[in-house]
Amino acid sequence: MNEGRREIVQIIFVFVGILFAIKLFFVQILDDRYADLASSNAILREVEYPFRGLITDRNGKLIVFNTPEYDLLIVKKDVKDFDSAKFCSVFGITQEQLRGYAKDYKLRRAKKEASDVKPAIFMRQLSNLDFARIQERIDEFSGFEIQPRTTRAYATHALANSMGYVSEITKRQLERDTTKIYRQRDYIGQSGLEAFYEKALSGKRGVRFKFKDVKGIEKGSFLEGNLDTLSVPGKDLTTTIDIALQEYGEHLFKGKVGSVVAIEPTTGEILAIVSGPSYDPTLLTGRNFSSNFGIISSDTTKPLFTRPLMAMYPPGSIFKIIQTLIGLEEGVLRYETRFPCDKSLVKCHNHPSPADLHGAIQYSCNPYFHQAFRRIINQNKSPNTFTDSRIGLDHWREYVLRFGLGTTLGVDLPSEKGGQIPSSRLYNRIYGEGRWKYSTIYSLSIGQGEMLVTPMQMANLAAILANKGHYYTPHLVREIGDDPINTTRHETGIDTAYYTFVTNAMTDAISGTAPRALIPGMTICGKTGTAQNPGVDHSVFMAFAPKENPKIAIAVYVENAGWGGRAAASVASLMIERYVTGEVKRPRLEEYVLGNDFGDVPKRRKPDEVVIEIP
Amino acid sequence: MRNEINISNKMDWVTVAIYMALLFFGWLNIFAAVYDTEVNKNLFAATLDFGTMPLQMKQFIFIVTSLIIILVILIVDMRFYETFAYVIYAVIMFLLLLVPVIGKEVAGNKSWLGVGAFGIQPSEFAKFATALAVAKFIGSVGFRMDNIRNQVILFVIIGIPVVLILLQKDFGTAMVFSVFLLVFYREGQSPFFLLTGVGMAIIFILTLLVKNNWILFGIIGGIWMMVIYFNRKRKLKQLIIITLGAIVLIGTMQSVEVIFSKLPQHHQKRILVMLNPDSDPTGYGWNVTQSKIAIGSGGVTGKGFLKGTQTKFDFVPEQSTDFIFCTIGEEHGWIGSLLVVGLFMTLLLRLLFIAERQKSRFARSYGYAVASIFFFHFAVNIGMTLGLFPVIGIPLPFFSYGGSSLWAFTTLLFILLKLDAHRGQVLERL
Repeated sequence: MNEGRREIVQIIFVFVGILFAIKLFFVQILDDRYADLASSNAILREVEYPFRGLITDRNGKLIVFNTPEYDLLIVKKDVKDFDSAKFCSVFGITQEQLRGYAKDYKLRRAKKEASDVKPAIFMRQLSNLDFARIQERIDEFSGFEIQPRTTRAYATHALANSMGYVSEITKRQLERDTTKIYRQRDYIGQSGLEAFYEKALSGKRGVRFKFKDVKGIEKGSFLEGNLDTLSVPGKDLTTTIDIALQEYGEHLFKGKVGSVVAIEPTTGEILAIVSGPSYDPTLLTGRNFSSNFGIISSDTTKPLFTRPLMAMYPPGSIFKIIQTLIGLEEGVLRYETRFPCDKSLVKCHNHPSPADLHGAIQYSCNPYFHQAFRRIINQNKSPNTFTDSRIGLDHWREYVLRFGLGTTLGVDLPSEKGGQIPSSRLYNRIYGEGRWKYSTIYSLSIGQGEMLVTPMQMANLAAILANKGHYYTPHLVREIGDDPINTTRHETGIDTAYYTFVTNAMTDAISGTAPRALIPGMTICGKTGTAQNPGVDHSVFMAFAPKENPKIAIAVYVENAGWGGRAAASVASLMIERYVTGEVKRPRLEEYVLGNDFGDVPKRRKPDEVVIEIP
Repeated sequence: MRNEINISNKMDWVTVAIYMALLFFGWLNIFAAVYDTEVNKNLFAATLDFGTMPLQMKQFIFIVTSLIIILVILIVDMRFYETFAYVIYAVIMFLLLLVPVIGKEVAGNKSWLGVGAFGIQPSEFAKFATALAVAKFIGSVGFRMDNIRNQVILFVIIGIPVVLILLQKDFGTAMVFSVFLLVFYREGQSPFFLLTGVGMAIIFILTLLVKNNWILFGIIGGIWMMVIYFNRKRKLKQLIIITLGAIVLIGTMQSVEVIFSKLPQHHQKRILVMLNPDSDPTGYGWNVTQSKIAIGSGGVTGKGFLKGTQTKFDFVPEQSTDFIFCTIGEEHGWIGSLLVVGLFMTLLLRLLFIAERQKSRFARSYGYAVASIFFFHFAVNIGMTLGLFPVIGIPLPFFSYGGSSLWAFTTLLFILLKLDAHRGQVLERL
């Protein structure tokens, strides 16, 4: 039965052999197209780099653009009759420097980073001035060529952290790049918007195929240029940033550590995002990139750390606003609900007692919210107080998450942090299941304990209050090219009337706790807070204005500046005034902010921002 | 005294001669592929540091070690290979299993085991281990190919390395194992499998080429009628099998789009480029275009040894490994290419001849496995450089640079020659 199979296998083998012989005959002998390219001609693939997209602010002001730079490349096998003295005079360098460049190139060759036959970097980023002189005489040096590229330039000294920077792709990024788009020495966005919108900004490289003869002289394009592709420039980004406001914010933040985030409540557009301390973006571009980057990245104040998105603090008193809204919506609190200011529960300061809900927000009464939060958590859903607390906490958490807390908001920047809103699972892990109840977790009532938020989330909370119940995902880019960005609207699902109630209380609170925030001729709604800290407390302020027609919602964190009513409230107030009215008429407050002296803070801690020992 | 017969009398010197010729030509060719007028002036470079040594020197070391491997293979008792076939198979499979765990990454592929600069690719050795295991199973007493259970076991034996190698994302090497269908076919498996295998490949490509389903149905229907006609005297069972085959083919056709879209992007592109080289001339088509230009520019007699230009300046990527045939085509022209193709054809046919003269089923099916594996590498590698096959990274035996593949092919070949030299000592068991 298997007779003949041997022959069939043989036939298959021979068939393939003959097929190859015929195909080779066609390719090698009959097809002239390939023969034309024989001996002296070679095809060269020339890459055309696209322009990276520009970045403008919300008013169309250019903030990031491109500028040409020139690298000197070497093709070692083509270098002939090299005259080092002439080279030095043309390129304006000393013999010493030339030896340095040569040594560096040799080192890269030994490491196989540069080859002898392909163009490799010899000198980086010749300045414009050098280039003009060199271009005329480059032909005198065989084996050297100049490669023009574009690099980033900045029209502002602000916004560094959010814009991010661009640098040559690293070896690791190249290895991890699955798209195979990038080559060695390509520029790529490393952080901020440059990294987040890399795909849109980078555009598409073009390729031209050219014949070159043995002398390296171009002999026209291959196949009439049919294979060539044009480069597609990157798309421009229109950001939501008001660069004037941003620069003003950074000016005010000199010498401070912390964040400012300002959002337009009706759209979720981020107007300003200040991270202090920051760096000058113009340092991370051009010839001095690597030396400057070394200095900036090793700076102990961490200027590369984007605080508005990555720093997490307990929200403190500001959180009482959310407790009020949840209590009202749950029906466990009413406007007229009164609790005594029982200082045996939590510390407080002297104010009229017992206060109603309005008064509790106005005076920021800690015992009031201790008792109010107990009502939210323990609603007698279960006879077992441990189980009841668990049910209550998880129910409460669902509300809190709707305020954009406890999870990343989806801001269009890399490495946004989500903060933390504790769930029953977290407490089960810490204390064990059924071993914690309200008295274990009461710190949450006044925004302390195992609760963390970012400045971005606090600014978004201000936007929610301004909008009376909803927010749009905060974002930094309004349009990519000509395509507008889609924004998502999120609802908190809490009655608008309750928002009106709390914002009224917030207006009254300002005159008591943060008189510096008051702006003549404008009603501002705000809440001070303190983020507790092992050292000096952080000064926090959240606000929106004008009350009737909110244009800006803002959160300010000034680290180690103590009471929220001073440093943070002043910065917020000035920025609101600047944005809404276009000018600042309170030079003394500006001086106060720039003076960076906010009193002997630890001793004068306001009682409403008492630090609670976490059990 | 049977073991003391003089092995040189029984050795198949024809095969050894072809092997040596391929090895020598292959080595010179690697030198040509990496030759640079300024750097590598000598065939033997004077460095002893393995890390920075030129490729042709490294390959020379691999060749010398191959000779040692040959010596060991010839010294070991011939019965060792059959007796320990399953053990060898198990060990190699275990190594394959280790690769994803402790393997190291080379050029993005994690398929290496080793220390420092030295490493081996167990996937290369999986070929001969599987060949041994398959042969041992086919050669076992009472083995019948028409037994369903036996066939299932055979597919499991070749399936295990395929799955393990696919885990390393080495699509090319995994495909090599499909060639065992030829061995099964020779040993009496119904042609259904071979035909369906080849058929599925053809249909896959046809479906991507011909967009009209009805024309395809026509083609398959026509083939099916022809097969029925030639088999009209055969039993009903055969007709059922053939019809089953047609159904599988139509199923393939219908699922091509789905399967194709599931393939990794670069494989999709490589297949499309083979079908239409101009579809992506700057991306994946680049390799094939450059490869054809290099080969095509060789003309009848080539540009001469070390005189190639296309294969020197990195125009052809992977020019010392997968695209090594370009250097032959460019520097030695049609004549040189034909010589290499001819040498391979002689080797393949000689291997079939050797396989057929074996007296045990074990040795014969091992011989077929060896011939088939060489055939697959030969056909797919050269087919790919000529644009007849999608770009799949598998080496051309004895030509592509690399230690693991050279050692693996040498081992594969010389175990067969060892078995062949002792064929007189085997009791007829066919």
